[in-house]
Amino acid sequence: MTFFWFNLALFLELLATGGLIVFLIKQQKRIFRYSYRILLAGFIFHTIFLISHYLTLGTAPVLDLKSALSFFSWSIICAYLVFQVKFKLMILGSFVVPFSAFLMTVSSAMSWVEGPVKPIFKSFWLTLHVGTVFMGNGLFAIAFLAAIMYLIQENQIKNKNFGSFYKRLPSLATLDSINHYSLLTGFPFLTFGMITGSVYAQVALGKYWQWDPKEVWSLITWLFYAALLHERLAAGWRGRRAAIMSIICFCVLIFTFVGTSFLLGGYHSFSNLGAR
Amino acid sequence: MVKIIDIGMNHETASVEQRERLATGSDSISKTLAFMREIDCIREGLFLSTCNRIEALFTTDEAVEAKKSIISLMSKIGNIPEKELIPSLFVFEDADAVRHIMRVASSLDSMVVGEPQILGQVKEAYVLATREKTSGVIINRLMHRSFHAAKRVRTETEICEAAVSISYSAVELAKKIFHMLDGKKVLLIGAGEMAELAARHLIAQGVSSVVVANRTFERAVQVAELFDARAVSFEEIETQLCDVDIVVTSTASREYVVTYPQVKSAFKKRRNRPLFFVDIAVPRDVQPEVNKLANVYVYDIDDLKGVIELNKAQRQQEAVKAERIVQEEVFKFERWFKTLEVVPTIVSLKDKVEDIIQAELKKSHLSFSELSQDQIETIQTLMRSIAEKIINDPILYLKRKADRPTLNSYLDVTRNLFNLDQDSEDME
Repeated sequence: MTFFWFNLALFLELLATGGLIVFLIKQQKRIFRYSYRILLAGFIFHTIFLISHYLTLGTAPVLDLKSALSFFSWSIICAYLVFQVKFKLMILGSFVVPFSAFLMTVSSAMSWVEGPVKPIFKSFWLTLHVGTVFMGNGLFAIAFLAAIMYLIQENQIKNKNFGSFYKRLPSLATLDSINHYSLLTGFPFLTFGMITGSVYAQVALGKYWQWDPKEVWSLITWLFYAALLHERLAAGWRGRRAAIMSIICFCVLIFTFVGTSFLLGGYHSFSNLGAR
Repeated sequence: MVKIIDIGMNHETASVEQRERLATGSDSISKTLAFMREIDCIREGLFLSTCNRIEALFTTDEAVEAKKSIISLMSKIGNIPEKELIPSLFVFEDADAVRHIMRVASSLDSMVVGEPQILGQVKEAYVLATREKTSGVIINRLMHRSFHAAKRVRTETEICEAAVSISYSAVELAKKIFHMLDGKKVLLIGAGEMAELAARHLIAQGVSSVVVANRTFERAVQVAELFDARAVSFEEIETQLCDVDIVVTSTASREYVVTYPQVKSAFKKRRNRPLFFVDIAVPRDVQPEVNKLANVYVYDIDDLKGVIELNKAQRQQEAVKAERIVQEEVFKFERWFKTLEVVPTIVSLKDKVEDIIQAELKKSHLSFSELSQDQIETIQTLMRSIAEKIINDPILYLKRKADRPTLNSYLDVTRNLFNLDQDSEDME
């Protein structure tokens, strides 16, 4: 049943992606409204899937890459829905939803890891750690996509070369402030996620910090975002430079998320988590 | 013979300093018109003064002397020695003057071709001329035909839309950069018609404060009054750059008014807030390199025109169409103007007929004594209508020949045929 919810969510999210891409081309609000409703339905089923998976496993469903990607995808949509309510920026969906649906598709292509979960993972701290980190990641994904949109739009205005995106993309100020807000909200989540992670490590492993590659890279990611946020708030960075920086930051984040597991190993890596 | 002459300077012939020294408010235009009225050799006059042009349009019988006195009048107004003034003046005569004033009214001679404000300014100049009673038959007719030409250019071509859409597209771009224009600050550097138009569009979109900088501070104050704005001197531009969001430049300066180092140093204080330059001036006021700075967007008039879908070939086509309309109107006016040459002959022809009627009535005076007043009047009417019928065809014929080069020989024949110059012959 759990996987039925997963497939249903995947199907609806892909449908919404199709709708939002058509919206990007045709610019008809009607198409957006339908796609948005489909997306909402998909999101609800995705949430049901996560809850049911959580109940089956007894812990947050993030222990293998398949589950982690699906959770990442869910948190991006969650962050997007919050931004949609706040900014009412329909076009953002045409960028965000395809991205999250892509992660979901990758996730669906992987096989399910079955088997019992180590008791060490059945901790409230893990759920809190993972939940906050992923929420932060979801918000940073929005910042990343807004930065890409910003660069496309800025390039057109700067070079006076108006393509078909000029009318469709929102103003530079809007994109910059989406980037700004998602960084501003994402950063506390990431920070809190790292603190709870280290508390969890203390509870479970008896050590706050043990130079695990993922820990190190998380710290590097955190420092990158901290630097960007500092420049934005203190030095008044904005626009193009901030957009490029937030794209770089997100690349570091993705490397931390996926790359470290495969390339660097450590107790955080999915293969170790899977061997439960 | 009456000549129509137009002497003046515009953004192409004169430097901005010279134009600003000559530019005058409506009070002093009235005074200038009064001076023109005092000059004996000038029959009719009109004085046009905007920030891009100062011109005097007048009719005269003694072209050379009239031109001299107008130039000396201008040199007095602007306090510029004639020697310095003359190279920056253009002089148009007759058909050229007619074409020029029609092109001005139709906004074909403007810095931004098609900008809509100039027609209003020309109309205002004409109203002042009628109020000062310096306009007469010829200027009245010429101005009305010019307004008609301007109206035709506006409705039959898309030239004016291009100008309006330039400031419209500037506003659209500003919205794509700033999203909302509420609370944004605008700096106007230089005060041309087009800058005013752009400023009006921006204010309509919610721009909260406007600052005007101009080389002559007085003019800055004048423009500032239009928008409830603040006037600053040219030297303060650099400080203003730290504060404003949109800069509209339209000076006629030959050098850059806003340079790369200026904007660069302002950006440290701006904390990278975006800055949008709309450069309507030709030649450009903003150094092109400024566009290379991060978060700075510089659009000159060609860039803005490029934004509009109307492509260049189409625009050239529209310009050709507009010039053709003006040419048509010039021809029509010329035809009317030439009939003025026929008028003295027609008048003397009518006078002669009237003289004959009066003389014959006097001769027959005695034989009329038995007739009643009514009968006498009937006879007079009869005489008049016969006489008028006889001279009607020659008059129409002359009017038809008015725009022919052989007109003079027709006039000679008429005068000899009817012996219109008998008085002068008698005197010889």
